[in-house]
Amino acid sequence: MTNAEGETKKAGKSALGIFFEEVSRSSLIVPVLAILSGLLLGGVIVGLSSENVYTMWAESPIQAIGNGLKAAWESYVTLFSGAFGSPAKMIAAIQGGDGLTIRRAFNPLFESLVKSIPYIFGGLAVALGFRSGLFNIGVEGQIFMGGIFSVWVGYTFTGLPAFIHLPLAFLAGALGGALWGFIPGLLKAKTGGHEVINTIMMNYIAFRLTDWLLREPMKRPGSTNPISPIIADSARLPQFFQDPIRFHLGFFVALAVAALVYWFLFKTKWGFDLRTVGANPRAARYAGMNIVKSTIVAMSLSGALAGMAGANELLGVNHHLSQTFSPGYGFDSIALALLGRNHPLGVVLSALLFGTLRNGATRMQAAAGIPIDIISVMQALILAFIAAPAIVRTIYRLKEPKKAEAGVHVRGWGGS
Amino acid sequence: MTPILELDGITKRFPGVLANDRISLSLEEGEIHALLGENGAGKTTLMNILYGLYHPDEGQIRIRGQVTRIRSSGDAIRAGIGMVHQHFMLIPVFTVTENVMLGDESTKFGGILDRESTAGRIREISTTYKLEIDPAARVSTLPVGVQQRVEIIKLLYREASILIFDEPTSVLTPQEADQLFGIMRSLARSGKSIIFITHKLREVLEVADRITVIRQGRVIGTTTPQDANMSKLASMMVGRDVVLEFEKAKARPAEVTLRVQNLKVLSDRNALAVNGVTFDLSGGEVLGVAGVQGNGQTELVEALTGLRRPVDGRIELLGTDVTHATPRQITELGTAHIPEDRQRDGLVLSYPVTDNLVLNTYYLKPFAERAVLQREAILGHATELVEAFDIRAPSPLVDVSTLSGGNQQKVIVARELSRPIKLLVAAQPTRGLDVGSIEYIHSRVIEKRDEGVAVLLVSTELDEIMQLSDRIAVMYRGQIVDIVAIEDATKERIGLLMAGIHPGQAGAERAFASSQGFA
Repeated sequence: MTNAEGETKKAGKSALGIFFEEVSRSSLIVPVLAILSGLLLGGVIVGLSSENVYTMWAESPIQAIGNGLKAAWESYVTLFSGAFGSPAKMIAAIQGGDGLTIRRAFNPLFESLVKSIPYIFGGLAVALGFRSGLFNIGVEGQIFMGGIFSVWVGYTFTGLPAFIHLPLAFLAGALGGALWGFIPGLLKAKTGGHEVINTIMMNYIAFRLTDWLLREPMKRPGSTNPISPIIADSARLPQFFQDPIRFHLGFFVALAVAALVYWFLFKTKWGFDLRTVGANPRAARYAGMNIVKSTIVAMSLSGALAGMAGANELLGVNHHLSQTFSPGYGFDSIALALLGRNHPLGVVLSALLFGTLRNGATRMQAAAGIPIDIISVMQALILAFIAAPAIVRTIYRLKEPKKAEAGVHVRGWGGS
Repeated sequence: MTPILELDGITKRFPGVLANDRISLSLEEGEIHALLGENGAGKTTLMNILYGLYHPDEGQIRIRGQVTRIRSSGDAIRAGIGMVHQHFMLIPVFTVTENVMLGDESTKFGGILDRESTAGRIREISTTYKLEIDPAARVSTLPVGVQQRVEIIKLLYREASILIFDEPTSVLTPQEADQLFGIMRSLARSGKSIIFITHKLREVLEVADRITVIRQGRVIGTTTPQDANMSKLASMMVGRDVVLEFEKAKARPAEVTLRVQNLKVLSDRNALAVNGVTFDLSGGEVLGVAGVQGNGQTELVEALTGLRRPVDGRIELLGTDVTHATPRQITELGTAHIPEDRQRDGLVLSYPVTDNLVLNTYYLKPFAERAVLQREAILGHATELVEAFDIRAPSPLVDVSTLSGGNQQKVIVARELSRPIKLLVAAQPTRGLDVGSIEYIHSRVIEKRDEGVAVLLVSTELDEIMQLSDRIAVMYRGQIVDIVAIEDATKERIGLLMAGIHPGQAGAERAFASSQGFA
């Protein structure tokens, strides 16, 4: 539809009507409504799982429902104040003027950002794979490989200046992840072995490799726990504030890498190769693109991005390797890449959402006693709504998307 | 006499499209009524309504004067309507009898298949209408023309009185088509009523009693072969005057551009799809490759363009051995390729027109400078080509999936012909397109020939081959049976070659007959 046609068509309607029609056709509306629906249903589940509902039920069902609503409301209040901090405390702290109190008041906000960083890297890894027609389920394993490589560089070399040691450790992490992506990429390209199966298997290898390394070669001397030595100060991602705020350079590195991925995918001929192979491999072959090369490159790059997530966590937050440093960042990344429509900007936004929810949930668990798993339930609900946009469109009676926007997840985003 | 079938004011809307607009049509008993129209004119929608697959928004269907509601194909079959689909609905490993029984099995002793009585009925039907079918033959062993007759038998076995033929000749050689017309006439003589859907003018004039032309969902008019001629029908179908006979200068072949020697190529199923093909193609000539679909043309084109590795033989392009070259090397040597399946191979549907127009040149200057795509150059290029090749798109930035089939094909043609090329490999370049686009693409191909480009035209449309080619190579079972100069080519001769019969051969006619199951 040309603009002129559009204008004449719209002429008969009120401005508000046009606004709603445009909004309801836009491609952003589904993710937004999916998030809202997920939060809403999550609240219902919190309410339903609250004991107060059932103890009150016999006496007064209305009271019981009220209790459920109250429980849901309270948990969301703690969730969001846990994620963003409490404005009242912030104001009081600033007025008080004490540095530590101010930092404590603002810490939740920064902590949400800190939690978002691995999601940005992980989401970019998944998105780059999707764009190239590859489903990288191995991000979790690649995160562990990134962690192993970066920590090893981090504690083995000492006496290096930070401007050499830090990049070296970070890139070592990227290399570790890239290696773990390269292998299934090679198998896919040369033998047709499906990357979904092979990346899942590579995950297990990475987990068990971590277990073994932490029991034998990389075990911290003198410790009884399976943890690695602490990395040298020169390999740490610098933090911007004093304790307890852990906000570090990794956040800006992540944003820069997201911009780089965007530029690579949509502005360079290499990105054009990968996207074309992803969108229509037969046409890519017809156009002379090398599918074998493109598959291997895409999986390696995807792995490298995942490896950066691992490096970031260990160089920026944990400073040593353990078996539990990733609470499933890699698997959540698959969901958030879908939520972000496999676009770097979308990934950054969804990563911020996921990081915020995770951080808030930790506080919610501590303060309100709601298990952290409720966040996983919410993420699952959001993802279900994203994966089945027809549900969202039916519930909210939205118009069909414009033709060009159909089938967006793995394909789409023409790239202009 | 009441017509056996009347469609009265049938209207069917799809979102944004009026597929059928108050279509009225009557079919007399014992009549062959041709429904003529271009692809997308609404023929198939109308027949799907008649066959119960769609429901009309308005209008009614009357059978023998009775208003009949057809809600499913089951209703249609009970009302005596049967359809011979373009793609056969047969199970290849079953015998003719088993295929005919399928869905309507006659049994004895409560559950045991009664093949004998069905086979007997098939023999009866076969004799009545001269279909010459052996009920015990396995379908996979039968030639396509005979398989089609099995489809017809299926309908007659279910005692259909209204038969719909949907583009029945698209898979047949000209001789097989003639036989089909004979069968259609004999069916009509014995009282069956036939709706014959086609876009081929010649066939309509040959076999129909009445002709109804539809265009853009509307009935343009009904006429008879006596009152009509090719150009009148064509202009009714298209809505303007059409040049049917294509004027072109005589070819002036230059030096050999493409040399193919004893080429052997495997199919996806590892069968020898191309089995020792040899030919030379010079600049400035069009070599048409004729043949019924599936005789190795696809694999030949894929081998020539680097998409499939030959197992034996040699391909030489301008003196360079390209037998094992990659698609990109072959493209860079000056080969253009219009692929057989444009949506699967030739386009990225989710990409805008701009990106599709540089699909195989995006990495070259001026579209990329040191690996960075130059959006302005790409857009400028697209704007130019959209104008020059008359691609109807609201903007070069819309996704190519939103364009019509004809415009999608123009995107490919624009991309391939706007480069400096030496060889053009065009596979089914006009399949499924409207007459206007076909004319346009044909004239562009000849234009390239006159500029000295060597053109290999692969098509299953014999008319297209005859119009454009300077020489015609006929493929049958992976081999080139013969190469005929256009001056010596007649439809009959090419048709026989398409069936694998060399006219010079002794007993050719007999061999042909036996290959068609007449023995």
